[in-house]
Amino acid sequence: MTTEGVILNSSQPEQQNAGQSNAEQLKAARQARYSPGQSAHKFSLYLYPLLALALLLLVNLLLDPQFFSLQWQDGRLYGPLIDIVNRSAPVALLAIGMSLVIATGGIDLSVGAVMAICGAVCANLLLLGDWSIPAVIGLAVLTGLACGLVNGVMVSYLGIQPIVATLVLMVAGRGVAQLLNQGQIVTFQNPDFAALGSGDFLGLPVPVWLVLLALLVMQLLLRRTALGLFIEAVGCNAKASRYLGIDDKGIKLSVYLLTGCCAALAGIVATADIQGSDANNAGLWLELDAILAVVIGGAALTGGRFSLPRAVIGVLIIQALSTTIVVSGLPAKFNLLIKALVILLVLMLQSELFRNQLKALFSFGKAHGGKA
Amino acid sequence: MKIKSIVAGLSLCFICHSSFATTIGFAQVGSESGWRTSFSESVKAEAKKRGIDLKFSDAQQKQENQIKAVRSFIAQGVDAIIIAPVVETGWTPVLKEAKRARIPVVIVDRNVQVQDESLFVTRIASDFVEEGRKAAGWLLSQPQAQQQCNIIELQGTVGATAAIDRAKGFNEVLAKHPQAKIVRSQTAEFTRAKGKEVMESLLKAEQGGKDICALWAHNDEMALGAIQAIKEAGLKPGKDLLVVSVDGVPDYFKAMADGDANATVELNPHLGGPAFDVIDAYLKGKKDTAKLISTTGELFLQDTAAAEYEKRRLN
Repeated sequence: MTTEGVILNSSQPEQQNAGQSNAEQLKAARQARYSPGQSAHKFSLYLYPLLALALLLLVNLLLDPQFFSLQWQDGRLYGPLIDIVNRSAPVALLAIGMSLVIATGGIDLSVGAVMAICGAVCANLLLLGDWSIPAVIGLAVLTGLACGLVNGVMVSYLGIQPIVATLVLMVAGRGVAQLLNQGQIVTFQNPDFAALGSGDFLGLPVPVWLVLLALLVMQLLLRRTALGLFIEAVGCNAKASRYLGIDDKGIKLSVYLLTGCCAALAGIVATADIQGSDANNAGLWLELDAILAVVIGGAALTGGRFSLPRAVIGVLIIQALSTTIVVSGLPAKFNLLIKALVILLVLMLQSELFRNQLKALFSFGKAHGGKA
Repeated sequence: MKIKSIVAGLSLCFICHSSFATTIGFAQVGSESGWRTSFSESVKAEAKKRGIDLKFSDAQQKQENQIKAVRSFIAQGVDAIIIAPVVETGWTPVLKEAKRARIPVVIVDRNVQVQDESLFVTRIASDFVEEGRKAAGWLLSQPQAQQQCNIIELQGTVGATAAIDRAKGFNEVLAKHPQAKIVRSQTAEFTRAKGKEVMESLLKAEQGGKDICALWAHNDEMALGAIQAIKEAGLKPGKDLLVVSVDGVPDYFKAMADGDANATVELNPHLGGPAFDVIDAYLKGKKDTAKLISTTGELFLQDTAAAEYEKRRLN
């Protein structure tokens, strides 16, 4: 709702000032994005993340021949692949929000802590007993929005550097969650709420549906309205966007609100999954996984471009990697090292410069006579 | 005259007080976990039982607060000081101050690193290795474990003393039983969410867990997460798979009462009693206490779980 308000506000003065030509520019810019000439470039943007994902899944298949097996059990699909998609859900939700923040040139370090706060809110409300599930979800999302509001106001209206502004809530937020839980792990018995984390709908886990829904709604909101373009414009050059009539502060505030909302959903999924809220560990370091996923998806941390589907592919890569490590049977002390090396490899694979160098290296013998 | 006698009476009272009731300062880490809370409560209860005047300080996980607390204990002239250190290093100066004031110091739970071991009387801590041995001892005495027994191990955070030592103790006992072996071992970082996630993957990698006879988790939280994963895989935790872990948190007692888990070795929070014993002996003249006193909690099984859960839930 808030975001739509922002669009209206920002597009009205723009039409008065620049009139028709501005709208045409926007249209031209949109067409340029999706023009056939660019499709080859777009294809390669998807190619390398998908290639990395396919390679990881292949390694898993070598480690465990049953890896691709899917069974129908208790009315749901069951198998390692489903697990990867299901376990990706919280980080995928975070990454969807994080993509937008990063596209405006910002960053949100507080999403893990916001997950913990929203989880604590859910668990405590459920323990009180007389709250319906929609009310609990609604209040958790409101809490997430409030956290997003704090971040957004600090970044856009108080002019604090995003990394510092959100660092405040990253540290303080976990404290708030611990306070809500009084330092304990709050557990609850509520099968209806637990279904949000471990239930299934039409054969797929509920968290997967939540991610698909969030992805669809966001993608429509961003790519079927001008909001996505505004976000990228603000990320490219906030000052120029302001002169163009885009309410850059409003846009920045709205992306932090959306991120807070996504973090709240992730918190709900994580809490429902283990039927308890662990303020110390819920969402711990997940903000970094989300940022990594966005980067694997090809977004620039300096802002100006984003892709939600590719960020979600990035999340799947990270989760597939975690599963590979668990299944591999290597001693646990190697986990982080392997993770770092594989991620480095994935990122290098995506770098055009590195690919060209690699190509030059392999074709050196052949090209030596002909090309030089 | 009257005033004089009152003053005399009061001072006599003070003398009585200081000569009969021991005053002990206790610098606690904080209240970051349920275990820590019950540790603090246990020390307070023990002090009350023995008629000790306990000065309790909560350092909120900060060493500087603990050092301040210890200095104020020294200034107040307490009879002895108990420290549950936040970190191992940086204790030498304040321990020297205590020694100069001739106040004995007892370290509980975590260790301190000092060059001069005479700076403290002794350290009282849980023996993680023994906890691992107890868990393995119980598991390998079960009828299911007499034939071929494949065990999944969920480790604690990589590098944590509790994880290293519990694994060491368990593996020591396991080595004497060739029919049982750990087939999968992976860290789940001591948390419930990771326990569930890792167990999910490991069960699938082991053909759905049909050939697994037991789960051994380095703490209860991971075991609780894993129990959910076992259920979702269509197996019965506690029956198809034996579940054994360490800690003794209330939720785990509930799981045991429901038949989902089998056994836990309690991480002993009752360190107060032994600490007071040592101080008592020291003040009576016994100066040559061993530098490390280990305690281990009891093994709890399903039969007492329901009663234990009721008892612990109320705390």
